[in-house]
Amino acid sequence: MKIIETKNLTKKFNSFTAVNNISFQVEEGEIFGFLGPNGAGKTTTINILCTLLRPTSGEAYVNGYNVVLEEQKVRQSIGIIFQDPSLDERLTAVENLKFHCLIYGLPKKLIKSRIDEVLNLTGLYEWRNDIVHKFSGGMKRRLEIARGLLHYPKVLFLDEPTLGLDPQTRRHIWDYIHQLRVKEKITVFLTTHYLEEAENCEHIAVIDYGKIIALDTPMGLRKFLPEDIIFLKTNDDEKARIEIEEKYKIITKITPGEGENQGLYLTVKNGEEFIPELIKNLSLPVKSISLKKPTLDDVFLRLTGEEIRKGTVKNENWFRHLVSIQKRK
Amino acid sequence: MNLQAIYILWLRDIIRHFRDRVRVIVSLFRPVLWLLFFGIGINSFFGRQRMVSEQDYLHFLFPGIVTLNLIFASLYAGIGIIWDREFGFLKEILVAPISRTSIALGRTLSGATISLIEGLFVFFLAPVIGVRLEVNKIIPVLGVMFLIAFTGTALGVLIAARMTSFEGFGIVANFVVMPMFFLSGALFPIGGNLPSWLRYLVRVNPLSYGVDALRNILIGMKVFPIWFNLVFLILFAWMTVFLAVIIFNKKE
Repeated sequence: MKIIETKNLTKKFNSFTAVNNISFQVEEGEIFGFLGPNGAGKTTTINILCTLLRPTSGEAYVNGYNVVLEEQKVRQSIGIIFQDPSLDERLTAVENLKFHCLIYGLPKKLIKSRIDEVLNLTGLYEWRNDIVHKFSGGMKRRLEIARGLLHYPKVLFLDEPTLGLDPQTRRHIWDYIHQLRVKEKITVFLTTHYLEEAENCEHIAVIDYGKIIALDTPMGLRKFLPEDIIFLKTNDDEKARIEIEEKYKIITKITPGEGENQGLYLTVKNGEEFIPELIKNLSLPVKSISLKKPTLDDVFLRLTGEEIRKGTVKNENWFRHLVSIQKRK
Repeated sequence: MNLQAIYILWLRDIIRHFRDRVRVIVSLFRPVLWLLFFGIGINSFFGRQRMVSEQDYLHFLFPGIVTLNLIFASLYAGIGIIWDREFGFLKEILVAPISRTSIALGRTLSGATISLIEGLFVFFLAPVIGVRLEVNKIIPVLGVMFLIAFTGTALGVLIAARMTSFEGFGIVANFVVMPMFFLSGALFPIGGNLPSWLRYLVRVNPLSYGVDALRNILIGMKVFPIWFNLVFLILFAWMTVFLAVIIFNKKE
C-alpha cells in the first residue's frame, strides 16, 4: 500500500501558486525527503497532508484516507513535528505528553508506559518533570519528536526537523529518526533544505517553485552530475593545462581558477583512480591536489540552475525569480 | 464534541494560569483599586445620600466590581488563543483528531472558570465594606457569576479567533471592556433619569443584566426582573459561543 499519495495537488493563495500540480507516492516504512529552498512549497504541502490547509484542487491520501473528506482519520494516523516549536513551554515535559495522549484518546492504562517509552527513546526521561521553558533547542525538538510518536502514528511528518540546531544535535536527531524507524516501524516524511541530510532518505523529491523537478533515490539523483572535480595546483598552471590536455582525452573540462583559487579544475570520472595516474605522469611537480565528489548540492544546482537559497526569500527577489521564470518559458 | 478533549484543554489552561503568579496577584489588586480607592473616595462625599436603607455607595458598587473582575479576566482568556497561535501550540491542538467546536468550548469553559475564581476574590473585601453574603445566596450568586464569566469568555474567544497580535487584542479588548463596564450600571444606577441615548446603550449591553442580577441577589436593588436578566444573559452567551465556534471552524 502507498502510505501517502497525492494526485495533481495544487494550492493557491490568491494569485500565488504555492504548490503547483504535484503528484507523488510514498511507500510504507521508508524515509521520504522533500528537498527545496525556503518558499518552495514544502511546508504548504505538509500542511495540506496534515489537514491544516485545504488544497485548491487535486487529491491527497494519507494512510488510505482522503485529507479533505476524512480529516479526523488522517489526524489519528499521523504525528507531526512542525518547523516552529509547538510545545507549551509553561508545562513540564510529562504534562505536554499527557495532554497529547488525552487529546488523541489513548487508552488510560497505556498512557504512563507509553510516555516513559518515548521519553527513553529520545533520552529525556531524566528531565521529564522540568518545565519545558528551561529546555535547550535540541531538547525541545526531541520532546516534540517524542510527543509526535505517542499515539502510534503510521506516518511521522517532520518539517525541517534540524533547522537552527548545532551539527552535533542534528546528528543526534538523525540517530533518533533512524532508531524509531526500526523500533516503531514508522514512515517518515520530512522536509529539509540541508542537502547532506537528504542523503539519509530512501527517496528524495526535489521541489522548487511549487513543482517537483526530480524524484529519485540519493544515488539516482547523483546521476545528474556523475563526474568528480579535481583541483590541482602547480608552479605553472598554463603549462600543466597544455600537458594534461595532450595526455588525457577523458577530461571533459579544464577551468583555471583565479586569485586564491589559482589552479586548475578538472572534471573527470573516477577521480580516485585519476589522481595517482596524474601525479605519476605530470612532468611538473604538484603543489597540492584535492578531490571533490559531487554532492546533492551540485545536483540541486544542476536541476534548478541556482544554488539552494539560504535564509528567507525576500519578496522583491521572489518576484524577480517569478518574472525570470516566466521569461524563460 | 469530545468531553475528554474539552476536559484536558480546560485543565491545561487552569494549570497554566495558577503557575503565573503575577496574573493571580494583579487580579487580586484590581478590586482593591476600585472598591477601596475609588469607592471609598466617592462614598466619602456622595455616599451620605443613602440608596436603600442602611446601604451606601460601597454596597451599590460591590456587585459592579465583582462583574468588573469577571469581565476583565474572562475577556483576556482570549489572549490565550493568540498566545498559543504565536508560540505554536495552537497547531498541536488544531492537528489533533478533535473538532474545533471542542477546542472553542474547552477554552471558553477554562476562561469562565478562571474568571469565576477571580470574581470570587472580590468577596475577600466584602467584610471590609460591610456586604454580607448569606449561605442561601451562595448558589444563585455563583450561577450568575458563571453566566457573566461564560459570556465574557465567549466574547474574548470571538475577538481572538482571527487575531494574530497581542497589541491588537489588547486594544480591541480594552475598547470592548471599558464601555461595557461603564454602561453596565456598575458605577451608577441605570433605572432613573438617564438620557434616552444612554439608556438605549445600557440596555443592549449584556453586562447590565449581569450587574442587575447580582445586585438584586446581594443587596436587593434591581431594575429588571431576575428571570429577564437570566434569559438575556443565556441568549447572549449562546449566540457568542455559536459565532466563536463558526469563526474558529473556518479554514483556509
